[in-house]
Amino acid sequence: MRPLGKIILLLIGLCISSAPMATDNWPTPPATVQPAPAQISGPLTGGTADHTKFEVLKKPFASGPEVTKACLSCHTETGKHFMKNIHWTWEWRNPETGQMLGKKHLINNFCTNARGNEGMCAQCHAGYGWKDEHFDFKDETNIDCLVCHDTTGTYYKTPNSAGSPACSVMFQGKPAIDLSLVAQNVDLPQRANCGACHFNGGGGDNVKHGDLSSALKNPPRKLDVHMGVDGLNFACTACHVTKQHVWAGSRYRMDAKDHEGAGKPGQRRDVATCESCHGLKPHPVDSLAAFKRNDHISSVACQTCHIPEFARGGVATMTDWDWRTAGRTRNGEGYHEHGYTQGNGEHRYTYKSIKGTFVYAENLVPLYRWFDGQMNYTTIDTKFDVTKPVAVNDFNGSRDDGRSRIWPFKQMRTWLPADIGNGTLVYAHLWGEDTDSYWGNYDMGKAIAHGMKEFGLPYSGQYGFVETLSYWPITHMVAPKEDSLSCESCHAKNGRLQGVEGLYLPGRDSNQWVDLIGILAVLGTLIGIISHALIRLFSSRGAQH
Amino acid sequence: MAIRRVKIFTLFERFWHWSQMLLIVSLMITGFGIHGFHHLLNFEIAVTLHTLAAFALLLLWAFSIFWLFTTRHWRHFIPTVKGMWGVLRFYILGIFKGEHHPYRKAFWRKHNPLQALTYLMLKIVLFPLIWGSGLIYLFYFVWRDLPHATVWLDGIALVHTGAAFTILVFVMIHVYMLTTGHSFKSHVMPMINGFDEVDLTPEEEAYLQNDEPENIR
Repeated sequence: MRPLGKIILLLIGLCISSAPMATDNWPTPPATVQPAPAQISGPLTGGTADHTKFEVLKKPFASGPEVTKACLSCHTETGKHFMKNIHWTWEWRNPETGQMLGKKHLINNFCTNARGNEGMCAQCHAGYGWKDEHFDFKDETNIDCLVCHDTTGTYYKTPNSAGSPACSVMFQGKPAIDLSLVAQNVDLPQRANCGACHFNGGGGDNVKHGDLSSALKNPPRKLDVHMGVDGLNFACTACHVTKQHVWAGSRYRMDAKDHEGAGKPGQRRDVATCESCHGLKPHPVDSLAAFKRNDHISSVACQTCHIPEFARGGVATMTDWDWRTAGRTRNGEGYHEHGYTQGNGEHRYTYKSIKGTFVYAENLVPLYRWFDGQMNYTTIDTKFDVTKPVAVNDFNGSRDDGRSRIWPFKQMRTWLPADIGNGTLVYAHLWGEDTDSYWGNYDMGKAIAHGMKEFGLPYSGQYGFVETLSYWPITHMVAPKEDSLSCESCHAKNGRLQGVEGLYLPGRDSNQWVDLIGILAVLGTLIGIISHALIRLFSSRGAQH
Repeated sequence: MAIRRVKIFTLFERFWHWSQMLLIVSLMITGFGIHGFHHLLNFEIAVTLHTLAAFALLLLWAFSIFWLFTTRHWRHFIPTVKGMWGVLRFYILGIFKGEHHPYRKAFWRKHNPLQALTYLMLKIVLFPLIWGSGLIYLFYFVWRDLPHATVWLDGIALVHTGAAFTILVFVMIHVYMLTTGHSFKSHVMPMINGFDEVDLTPEEEAYLQNDEPENIR
């Protein structure tokens, strides 16, 4: 009965999502209107209010902030709560390292820096109108409630500033948003809401994370056992549990080894670890092997075995990016080249004048390393040796520190613009209406000089490119248990954990001297036996014995 | 003194020997599979079988140790140098000249001095080494959080593998020894029907014929 009900809901969902309301992939979530899709949002599921019945929403709205005012008229404390979360602040100081993180400050090795490019990048800020340093972070009406809570699929965001004319054409001709309709059809965030930004990190579908792609909007169970529409159909917030608009589970501060597990009944866990639901003995002990598997969890992250490959489901991720080739033009204009067709049949650009050259890949085996949950970032003020590859984010971990486990990672390799004279990364001014913005003018020197000056940062005037690496813990696209890794994926010579040190791994490791002496002893014995037997056979009087 | 066919291996001993043989062979196959020398079994099955066979063998050994001491059969394994040189000389030299094996089984000495010493070493050195290291290995989950646990595990695995190689060498020589002497069959049969030729004192012969006629032919 229940599976049948889910199938019917799914079919309804499919019919609706093919309705003309759906526009394009980015940045609009696909259409899924009433009846509300049955995504499970954890303990919060089960509405107590029908927003179509609120008088305050039954009127035309001229702008987003007007809708927000209406929202806040009932949800009186939400504005204060919301302003504390990283979707709003875009900054977070790591108490352990003291580093100031968040999109407001960091440089990544994809589209480089959001800082100074908010006109474009802050499309993914959960607010209205952040285009420069004058944005008012204290004005509650600047909060964008709809981007996360819309269920009509008709809501979308565009850049907060015009940008170069060459770029702004991309965002023209969109249908007008019926804000009243959207406001009356809010619900708990669906996968498509979160995905509008999180699936498109790095500037396109699955570009950045590798384990977060549009394939997760309506994934089969095979792709993700939790989110699968033919399975549990979890929304993101089922695991990323929320308390007063602050979410559990952040890359900036990870719990690489959860010692607490599921907690007592009713106890709220403000983490998104696997153990917070599955406990510290996740495998039912019905065999010796299951007992041994439970023993593994103190060294091996659940993700390591249960996410055999990432960038599955037909959407590729980017593995290499080369900014050195950016800026080529044809007849004075930027262009792009198709060069990769991914599993779902869609084409991906492998060259764009505004960004450079890309390499895409799918169904990737992760990199495995000990990880203690602590990411260390190369920030704008970090000096480094420009002649060697630099890790934009790096991490430590070892078996012996008590908080590390072996985790899967996506490794991203990028030739990134940098200040060669000072040995630092740079803020490049990519988006803008002026003549310095790289997107439109293709002069990296001017873009960097502008970007650094805008924030009073030292710039030697000599830019170049450095090879950078970044590491992205893989934690989504959890495969069903029948597709998880088998023992010999790691317990073998040249297995998946070949490069991982600090442990003795049966099947992979052996003492070469013991093996050599042992084999020689066995062979020597064999030769001894054969010789003994031959002498017996051919010795004159020994023949009869 | 008379050479008679006497039952020297009881039913329990024969059961012990052959079940131990089967368990050791399966431990060898699964163990060297886990070690990565072959891939006849997948890792999960190999580990499961290896562990189960190890527990079965430990249980068997518990019974056999109990049996050895309650039946006084442990005395067969007391080491002696008496006659050792004769046996060694036979395998090195005499065997090629067609000489007969110098050792005659006695009722309370069913193994020749070389055998007795070998089996004793097997019992008090090699087997404890392999099950000791194996148990420590198996119970890694108990001590895994001690300092330098992986270094210790490395050493434990080294001992375990080294002992396994040594046991394999023993098995090879043990089987080869069956081909020496009269015939392969004459060596194997005692471990099947229990009877072998034993040099009995007149008292032993008289006792067996009167009190245990079923154990003497």
